[in-house]
Amino acid sequence: MTGGVSRSGPLPDGTVDVAVVGGGVVGAAVARELAGREHDGRALSVALVEARPDVGDGTSKANTAILHTGFDATPGTLESRLVRRGYELLGGYAERAGIPVERTGALLVAWTGEELAALPALADKAVKNGYRQCEIVGADEVYGLVPALGPGALGGLTVPGESIICPWTTTLAFATEALARGAGVLLNTRVEGVQRDGGEETVLLTNRGPLRARWVVNAAGLGSDAVDRLFGHERFTVTPRRGELLVFDKMARPLANRIVLPVPSSRGKGVLISPTIYGNVMLGPTAEDLRDRADTSTSEEGFAFLVDKGLALMPELLKEEVTASYAGLRAATEHGDYQVHLDGAERYLVLGGIRSTGLTSSMALAEHAAGLLAEAGLVTSVRDELPEPPRMPNIGEAFPRPYMCDDLIAGDPAYGTVVCFCERVTAGEIRDALASPLPPADIDGLRRRTRAMMGRCQGFFCGAEVGRRLAPVPDSVEESR
Amino acid sequence: MNLTTDVAVVGGGPSGLTAAAGLAAAGLRVLVLDREREAGGIPRHSDHTGYGLRDLRTVMTGPAYARLLANRALEAGALVRTSAMVTGWAGEHALDVTTPEGRLRVDARAVVLATGARERPRTARMVPGDRPAGVLTTGQLQNVVHLHHGKVGTRAVIVGAELVSWSAALTLRTAGCRTVLMTSEHDRAESYAAFSVPGRAVLRVPVATATRVVRINGRDTVESVEIEDLRTGERRTVPCDTVVFTGGWIPDHELARAAGLAMDPGSRSPVVDNALATSRPGVFAVGNLVHPVDTADVAALDGRHVVRHVLAYLGGTPTGAEAIPLRAGAPFRWVSPGLVRPGAGAPPRRRILLWPDEHRAVARVMVTQDGREIARRTLPWPVSPGRVFRVPSSLLSGADPHGGPITVSLA
Repeated sequence: MTGGVSRSGPLPDGTVDVAVVGGGVVGAAVARELAGREHDGRALSVALVEARPDVGDGTSKANTAILHTGFDATPGTLESRLVRRGYELLGGYAERAGIPVERTGALLVAWTGEELAALPALADKAVKNGYRQCEIVGADEVYGLVPALGPGALGGLTVPGESIICPWTTTLAFATEALARGAGVLLNTRVEGVQRDGGEETVLLTNRGPLRARWVVNAAGLGSDAVDRLFGHERFTVTPRRGELLVFDKMARPLANRIVLPVPSSRGKGVLISPTIYGNVMLGPTAEDLRDRADTSTSEEGFAFLVDKGLALMPELLKEEVTASYAGLRAATEHGDYQVHLDGAERYLVLGGIRSTGLTSSMALAEHAAGLLAEAGLVTSVRDELPEPPRMPNIGEAFPRPYMCDDLIAGDPAYGTVVCFCERVTAGEIRDALASPLPPADIDGLRRRTRAMMGRCQGFFCGAEVGRRLAPVPDSVEESR
Repeated sequence: MNLTTDVAVVGGGPSGLTAAAGLAAAGLRVLVLDREREAGGIPRHSDHTGYGLRDLRTVMTGPAYARLLANRALEAGALVRTSAMVTGWAGEHALDVTTPEGRLRVDARAVVLATGARERPRTARMVPGDRPAGVLTTGQLQNVVHLHHGKVGTRAVIVGAELVSWSAALTLRTAGCRTVLMTSEHDRAESYAAFSVPGRAVLRVPVATATRVVRINGRDTVESVEIEDLRTGERRTVPCDTVVFTGGWIPDHELARAAGLAMDPGSRSPVVDNALATSRPGVFAVGNLVHPVDTADVAALDGRHVVRHVLAYLGGTPTGAEAIPLRAGAPFRWVSPGLVRPGAGAPPRRRILLWPDEHRAVARVMVTQDGREIARRTLPWPVSPGRVFRVPSSLLSGADPHGGPITVSLA
């Protein structure tokens, strides 16, 4: 089969070396990694198979967008190791690919005696996780670092390495580079069954017909247990854990220049306040176990809980307008660690139960996956003369954007034509996104590529104009749904 | 590129264009910066009549009114730059601007902010539920239908029953979409009786009062909304494919806040005095940025009002006496202007504007200062939430120019 993006019609004929099921941040990272490798002197052919109309359209689009140091992971777990490694890998890759990252640092704030007493153990745990920069600070220093905190903070723990990153650009960069390396990205393609003929090939039965693969990597996130069962396993169950988040107006950003984390305690996991890479401030998440794996609705109870928490944590924040609210589903399982299992005989690898740390660990997981596949017989090496990583359009607030760049506008007036006023997205950026190797399927996809319409007016001024620009390029989403 | 001008006007809606026309006619170099492709502001996509009554003594449609005001500014000699987005301040009276021709730095001697207001979208109102397509504001709806001739659904629920809500209902009808319900959290519909009676008759829109929308259902497209009767707590589901959030105004105040101007917590507008001067000398604010929102003609008359004061500032006239804070008492959320400066003359149209949160059939206005009642008058128009309540500024004439804050409330 050949590479490229396919959203409708029959699947390409032929057999791919590896089918990666799930186009979230982990699947995209695995596809990118494997597409850059060769086996017996021949480049691996890779298909990234995603049920939704876009990559990064599930759990990967709705998380807290933190690049974790892994200071609070459970020492000795695979998660701890891969988060630490992924932090380095993704931090470096982000610079090369232009994925916006801000090294804001974090501060855990203790509000009770119990939480204060827990700080030394957390600092020790960080060291066990290989992170040595944490420091316990007193209440004065806490208020010095984050003056807008509400009254009652007793002390804190600094985590200078915690950072914020754009989760949307990360997934898109991986998928775009996978494409550049020759992979196929099969969207609107839901795996519904698996046929094993006992030979070397697996047939994935999808809504768009069969796809033959020599190896299968399951990175299906919320569906990873279901796909695992298709391969005959009963190893883990994903319980979607809904996290609701409130995003406050950009005017709030000076209130929160670093991530404010809760101290895990007997009161349960608290909520965090974080600056976002787009210049807003986020409050959340809630944590609620659900049955419905597609229920990303927000709730009255969730909002009330967050408002209540927010008023105590940072009263000034709640005086600002809410620009967005959303809910993400974390792929929690009954196990305390990632569910990574290799089935050599079946030529099958599952990367399941990847919780909210998956954004950080994605590249390390991909590296780990390549290693595991080699153990099972798919020995690969990195190809020579790979294309350069893509240079992704910057949608981070801390870096120059086209509307600010005189030289860009001089070369192309479209970069000086602001279409989405609140987010200052130009006609040039929207045009570029629509013409990119992995174009958006809908307005949400365009939003994740450009920030168009994600601002405070939510389309009051620009909604019609942005919609008009999107309309001439309808993919075959409707007919294939 | 650097540009210099006497006055930079940010926003080319009714108030900004009217200010620009007046300032240019007085011989000043005036530059209007508007981020839209065409000047005119909100009336451009408000395709019904009723515009121009107070400022032009005639009525016309929104688009005709927008064109007329833009032409008047041009004829008076103002420069109007469209697709020109002001992105920040480069100095006390200097602005950074992005245009298709490049970045501009505009150095002015005075700045008039006329950035208007927008409706709070669903997110700012924190209505939970699914997040399907088909949820919009009146502004987006009218943009889609009147400027872009796009389509909407077939069954709409309108949240709010203000003047703008009926405007949304008219637009929906034009687009072939039936309004199956209009909801208001107030005990009675807020809009003018004159509009809602024919509105109900012609548009046959049922209005659910004391009702709030508590949830939106539908994964990809809207399937229904859940509404709650605030009196009984009873909830029911209303099938629809479109939800329009109307009213709930918030000024486009980001540039004002970026300048660090004193802000009014009630309206979230920059605080102005009777001369429409903000807390930064030489920066003025007009229109619905300072009273979110009154009608377009009232906004335009702010633009006319500010001309004399900008001229006085540029001529070096001192601003005069210390200003007295004006405060909104119950049941009002805000009052505009927020400062009364003795010696600066009357406010625009000799009116104090207030935003009520409750309905009152009889308006017994009371003005107090330092615990002393300085005026009381029953006004012959009702107090209705969702629209500005106007009080003659003559009620302030008994205030002590050296006294403390003045409060306007209802007895």
